[in-house]
Amino acid sequence: MTAPTRTLGSLPLRPAAPRRRQAGSTPADLVLLLIGACFLLPLLWLILASLDAEAGHELKLPDRAGLDNFAAVLTPELLLRPLWNSVLLSGGTATVTVVAAVLAAYPLSRYRSRFNRRFMYTVLFGTCLPITAIMVPVYGLFVQLELLDSMTATIFFMATTTLPMAIWMTRNFMEGVPVSLEEAAWVDGASRMTALRTIVLPLMKQGLGVVFIFVFIQAWGNFFVPFVLLLSEARQPAAVSIFSFFGQHGAVAYGQLAAFSILYSLPVLVLYVIVARGGSGSFALSGAVRG
Amino acid sequence: MRSPATARQLLRYLPVLPAVLLLLVFLAGPVLWAFHASLTDAGLTGRSARNPSWVGLENYQRLLADPVFPLSVLLTVVFVAGSAVLGQNLLGLALAVLMRRARPLVSAVVGTTVVAAWVLPEIVAAFAAYAYFSGDGTLNQLLGGLGLVRQEWLYAFPMVAVMLANVWRGTAFSMLVYRAALNEVPAEVTEAAQMDGAHGWQRFAFITLPMIRGSITTNLMLITLQTLAVFTLVWVMTAGGPANASTTLPVLAYQEAFKFGDIGYGTAVASVLILIGAAFGLAYVRLLREPRP
Repeated sequence: MTAPTRTLGSLPLRPAAPRRRQAGSTPADLVLLLIGACFLLPLLWLILASLDAEAGHELKLPDRAGLDNFAAVLTPELLLRPLWNSVLLSGGTATVTVVAAVLAAYPLSRYRSRFNRRFMYTVLFGTCLPITAIMVPVYGLFVQLELLDSMTATIFFMATTTLPMAIWMTRNFMEGVPVSLEEAAWVDGASRMTALRTIVLPLMKQGLGVVFIFVFIQAWGNFFVPFVLLLSEARQPAAVSIFSFFGQHGAVAYGQLAAFSILYSLPVLVLYVIVARGGSGSFALSGAVRG
Repeated sequence: MRSPATARQLLRYLPVLPAVLLLLVFLAGPVLWAFHASLTDAGLTGRSARNPSWVGLENYQRLLADPVFPLSVLLTVVFVAGSAVLGQNLLGLALAVLMRRARPLVSAVVGTTVVAAWVLPEIVAAFAAYAYFSGDGTLNQLLGGLGLVRQEWLYAFPMVAVMLANVWRGTAFSMLVYRAALNEVPAEVTEAAQMDGAHGWQRFAFITLPMIRGSITTNLMLITLQTLAVFTLVWVMTAGGPANASTTLPVLAYQEAFKFGDIGYGTAVASVLILIGAAFGLAYVRLLREPRP
């Protein structure tokens, strides 16, 4: 079984089959390049505007290209603290998710029971609930439990929203580790949890890395959840602070907004490339990046 | 004799507990709380925030009487059908097919561009789309350059703008799904059809499409659910305006709850959205449980 979810982590891509055509056709090239240009234009604005101190909405080459915008936003208050909050939020979310997912995946992949199937499909159903619809009730719940503006509570909530996907992925990776290796350890008197820690986990390190990075990327890019649950500026991650920045200075400082956006996006772009190039088994998303 | 075995069985499944607790507290909890709160007059501030009182189905009656709600349902359907089912799905399929025919370098470059729009944090994608569609943005520059009429896209055609933005943002997912699916189609099958004299589009319509039917259904399900939940893109680009002209259900739920401080009414909208999502979710799980043909 593959992991069917709504996110990038789960596409059961295989390495491209050997091609029959060698050269490729020119009409296909042209149509593809035209579509690609349409996809590129909005991104191009982001890059050009970040280098232009007098940037507006329009797409134009800067009269005087420079890194002034980057220098202007690289202050502790504007960029560094929100980025650090993003690191805490995403790192915390990914850690909680991976720990809970590994613990849950172990019995689900090692014991045969009717419970497994039912549990996995309930979890799958959980991935289908629109999280944006849940945000209003979650806000209400956080008010009642006095958890509003708490980084820890937000981390646990975000971990829960990514947990269903993570359990599916982790279980699939764990199925790839043969049980026979653990059986030897059981004979030696090791407990199940010891076997999990010393034998199974080291063998699926790469898979765990993939799960961690996918959860991290999702949490890093999430705007709506911290926007609703984290109220004080000191705790807001970059996704939310960039929005307030836009509200306050956006009309005058598009160049800085673009520079901020690029600095904030870089970590996830790098992480995505790592996963895509790493070619981690069935999760090789390389098809997309390397064609 | 049964209890020790049952106890051992339970003990074995103990590690599942943290995940179950998290899912119960932070996922099942809010869903149940939503249905409950939608039957009260809970407010954002003031007396009704602390002691909401039971109002029965009043919020739902208001929903039906409120002209914005049917409009919002309609806009959500248009948004999902136009940008996901038609836009992302067809463009994704077209890209996947073209990438198999084009030169490897071209398909690599274009593939990277399409995926980049999808990997970016949603707020950054939303800003880029906002700039692109704004009055003096790239789209109007292009239209002006071609001698066509410039438009205030975000005010005159807000739904067109957010739908195109969502196609730009989300097509990568469908493209990846279909690239994987097309790679699974054995070359012998299409070659055999070619021998029998079937031409390009015939082969595609009668051989390839039926063979990737499973991926099409899965993809349609997943992008529908994703698009149903889109909030940030619409919020940054139009904030649901002008005059509710682009208020999809997630935006409506947010506005009612946080802008107008009516948590009870907002959760009623959210509950409707949760039910729609749950219906699609159930259909999706059913679909996957069925053995593949």
